[in-house]
Amino acid sequence: MKFVISMHINPAVIDALTDEEKAAIGEGHGKFIQNLKDHGELILTQALVDPSQASVVRIRNSQPVVTDGPFLEAKEYLGGFYLIDVEDKARALELAAQIPDAAIDGLGVEVRQVMFSDGQLEA
Amino acid sequence: MTASAIEDLLRELTPQVLGALVRRYGRFEGCEDAVQEAVLAATVQWPADGVPANPRGWLATVASRRLIDQVRSDSARRDREEQVFAAEVMPEEVPDTDDTLVLLFLCCHPTLTAASQTALTLRAVGGLTTAEIARAFLVPEATLAARISRAKQRIKAAGSSFELPEGAEREERLQVVLHVLYLIFNEGYTASSGEDLDRVDLATEAIRLTRMVHAQLPTDGEVAGLLALMLLTHSRREARTTASGDLVPLDEQDRARWDDDLIAEGLELAKSSLGGPELGPYQLQAAIAATHAVATDATDTDWKQIHALYLILERIAPNPMVTLNRAVALAELEGPEAGLAVLAALDADERMAKHHRLLSVRAHLLEMAGDADGAYENYRNAAKATASMAEQRYLESRAKKLRASQPD
Repeated sequence: MKFVISMHINPAVIDALTDEEKAAIGEGHGKFIQNLKDHGELILTQALVDPSQASVVRIRNSQPVVTDGPFLEAKEYLGGFYLIDVEDKARALELAAQIPDAAIDGLGVEVRQVMFSDGQLEA
Repeated sequence: MTASAIEDLLRELTPQVLGALVRRYGRFEGCEDAVQEAVLAATVQWPADGVPANPRGWLATVASRRLIDQVRSDSARRDREEQVFAAEVMPEEVPDTDDTLVLLFLCCHPTLTAASQTALTLRAVGGLTTAEIARAFLVPEATLAARISRAKQRIKAAGSSFELPEGAEREERLQVVLHVLYLIFNEGYTASSGEDLDRVDLATEAIRLTRMVHAQLPTDGEVAGLLALMLLTHSRREARTTASGDLVPLDEQDRARWDDDLIAEGLELAKSSLGGPELGPYQLQAAIAATHAVATDATDTDWKQIHALYLILERIAPNPMVTLNRAVALAELEGPEAGLAVLAALDADERMAKHHRLLSVRAHLLEMAGDADGAYENYRNAAKATASMAEQRYLESRAKKLRASQPD
């Protein structure tokens, strides 16, 4: 079963972390990725640039209008995701709990099953 | 020989060659890699140069050489430590013992996850390449390769011997093997999205592997039952979806499109499987599929027999999904209220309460009972809960039909 584990970050919370804490998160993700690979459970992971770098595209009067900034004015933004293929939902939840973000107040990790896939999966 | 005939031949020979190699050299994990490499070499060379006169001997020789190379490089890494390994090439003739079963038991080792068991079984026993299996499961090849290699490490760590387990353990392990074959078969249905000619048909592959097990254990009722269940389910394949991929429920299927040959074989097997002293869940499910198969149309279905079979199944293998199916049969037999009463008992089960199958069955029974609003709500909730696009489209269409037939 394929799941997306999405990481919802709060830039203010990340900024308030010490350098050691930030380094520990990076290291934690590194270990997590290696573990997923060893188990044959990782399909793909991507991290996104800061939400301040986002652009929003809308079609208005049949013309595309591009504005700066994230779509939603919120405290939390999508920071990145893991696409995994695992035995069942219980395993997906178990893995989500190993992501360093899950242990930090103000950051959230969300698990949802994939319903449709297409594209180049033979990496 | 055509490319597909070569593929069939390779799949048939893979477990034989692998079994012979493991018997000779031990080290299942290394032999399995070596045979996979030999199979890959054959898929390149045979179509171009022709199939060798003794294809099994060819594969065994190439695989043996790969294995020897592998051991040599391993030992070179270990500071050229002396290896007690006979660096001889396999003789042309591979002994005629069939190790398919032994291999299957090994690949379905109970310490492995179901995902690893299925992947390893398809490669080592099914003779599929890692790329083919990865495509079939829609995962990257690297992901699947890691899964297989980890599975083999676990088998090695468990210290399994290359022999059939005995007595009660054998029975238990056979159950795991059958479950893995059943999972492969089901994957063939759930993962099928569109016509992809490059993709291996997992349902057909599961039937082929189950046939091999049945040939080895012809008197085992559960093996025959599983094979019968697969054949009878597979016989409806053409009728169960429309050209655009939409699901057609059993009662609306065009039975003329059911495959008569598969039905005849499945019925025969289902009948013979019931002859033994034991009665297991696959035999019962095959008997249920057989009851559907002999009905000339949906109204001709012997629901009394189906309900009775589900009752026995519920007793010997209790499972909320079985109860759900029994509720449908009971509703056909005694009316929707009787079925709904059975469903009420499932609400207490946490695993089931929000399950899309419970919601969709309840919707169906409420529709039968004339409660259009209740049915609509349950169809919609079931559509939200499912992870299958085809099922979601079907459930949405049922909900829409209810709204269309209702006066505002």
